[in-house]
Amino acid sequence: MAHQKVLMSGNEAIAMAALDAGCGFYAGYPITPQNELIGYMAKHMPLSGGVFIQSESELSAINMVFGASAAGCRAMTSSSSPGISLMQEGISYIAGAELPAVIVNIMRAGPGLGNIWPAQSDYFQAVKGGGHGDYRCITLAPSSVQEAYDLTLSAFELADKYRIPVFILGDGMLGQMMEPLTVSGPGRPETRDQRPETKEWAASGCAGRKPNVVKSFYLNMGDLEKFNLKLQEKYKGIQAKEQLQETAYIDDARVILTAYGTMARIAKSAVEKLREKGKKAGLLRPITLWPFPRKIFNRLAVSDKQLTFLTVEMSYGQMVEDVQLAVEGKARVEFLGRSGGGIPSEEAIINKTLQLLKN
Amino acid sequence: MKKVFSRTKSLRDADTHYCPGCGHGIAHRLIAEVIDELGVREKTIAVTPVGCAVVAYDYWNFDCVESAHGRGLAVATAIKRLHPDKIIFTYQGDGDLAAIGTAETIHAANRGENLTVVFINNTVYGMTGGQMAPTTLIGQKTTTTPQGRSARTEGYPLKISELLAQLPGVYSVERTYADSTQGIFKTKAAIKNAFKNQLENKGFSLVEVLSACPTYWNMPAAESLEWIKKTMSKEFPAGKIK
Repeated sequence: MAHQKVLMSGNEAIAMAALDAGCGFYAGYPITPQNELIGYMAKHMPLSGGVFIQSESELSAINMVFGASAAGCRAMTSSSSPGISLMQEGISYIAGAELPAVIVNIMRAGPGLGNIWPAQSDYFQAVKGGGHGDYRCITLAPSSVQEAYDLTLSAFELADKYRIPVFILGDGMLGQMMEPLTVSGPGRPETRDQRPETKEWAASGCAGRKPNVVKSFYLNMGDLEKFNLKLQEKYKGIQAKEQLQETAYIDDARVILTAYGTMARIAKSAVEKLREKGKKAGLLRPITLWPFPRKIFNRLAVSDKQLTFLTVEMSYGQMVEDVQLAVEGKARVEFLGRSGGGIPSEEAIINKTLQLLKN
Repeated sequence: MKKVFSRTKSLRDADTHYCPGCGHGIAHRLIAEVIDELGVREKTIAVTPVGCAVVAYDYWNFDCVESAHGRGLAVATAIKRLHPDKIIFTYQGDGDLAAIGTAETIHAANRGENLTVVFINNTVYGMTGGQMAPTTLIGQKTTTTPQGRSARTEGYPLKISELLAQLPGVYSVERTYADSTQGIFKTKAAIKNAFKNQLENKGFSLVEVLSACPTYWNMPAAESLEWIKKTMSKEFPAGKIK
């Protein structure tokens, strides 16, 4: 399978990558626009020797992932915005119990039932916590089917490395869109070993060792504070080491377009067209939304430089708040966004950029 | 000299946090004794609840996973599917199993998951201070039914065991009383059967244990045991339901 070229949707690519990463457990509940993912898992997970369960709710799905991870297995669930809202309790418990897990959110427009068109309005929910308590989730934002595959492989590595929930944050367009992709994973064996990999902290039976307890409860106030400080140290380490971004034409740019996921594809195309006209536009695409790539913003935003960041989102302004924090007032930050099914067009981005280049 | 009694290996050497007369300690011990007798301590994984028994892992000497309130059977389902050779059980109270976790309970049972459930019914929420539970009796006073539970506004006590017994996926359901020496022996036998069923891959087995909560029943411990036998038993009769 390795290095084979295939044509598939983002949803299927994420599912295939999960299996290639050794994910042995998947639970999910149907919701549009991510149904190809659960469908792929239903078909292929049992063939790989793993466990697939269609749960009675997203609440149950995330708690099944909690159990699978507590038992030492690489585990994943997927959903779309309203379903992810329902999972927040479980995600907080996963963070609190320091369990690795991969959660895929193929975002649709909200609030409420909203509609099934693509959107990016769950940014706050993914990167700022979402559930209760002081916790963070690593959040990866693919912008192509290839990257959806690649980042899913990374998501499982990061989840295990840091014992943390990792989000794949895509949108309905990325999930449904078909593109060619090169399968770069290690290649899946015909039949997976039925036994989940055992991790030394996991609850898998205490033969030959002291019993393990997987928990997030610290009744004594001092104990919880100590644990929380340990979590914060872990988060600082992640922020220092794991920031990722893609850049184009940033060195001499006067307006840098900042967008992630599907939106970055359109922004990139706008930058190419602006460059053809000799306009000094650039692109900064965060790949990790948490940790937010602050370092590159810090480097670019210098007080004496007349630089503008134009943040473009399929939301009414969520990531733009992190851009503002990252530039620390040393550059102008502007925003262009639509949500509810609409996507800022290439033309709208070009016009706004031209306007900003004038003043 | 012949040794006639020794420490239950599946119990840790710990002081109890439970109130005097509470039934949790009895149930914890019975489970530990059964696990020792079946020789499965090293392959047991317990799923502990939210409620007074959240720290059951401070007493049990085997692997434990703490679940969110009501989600025990979702967590247990995943563990058992991944470790079919291990013994997985949930320990859940009435609020956990029959209120907030009703969906997880019914669906795990309906899937026929090969799990053991020890369901502690004491008709109140203990950890939060004695509020109404789904199993609170009509007329019973709790901090959220200060005038006594009324069927008109709070509905009837939920007989979740009888409800689960209707599902084809459920193998065994039994109700016992932890109210007397005899009741405790019967409870132990029922718990042992429920674990044996799992060992023999027979499917979903649940034991409902009527258990005393003197603190939130506002009664002395001895009177609480009488209340199980005389009052609670009318709504929740003991015996094999399935």
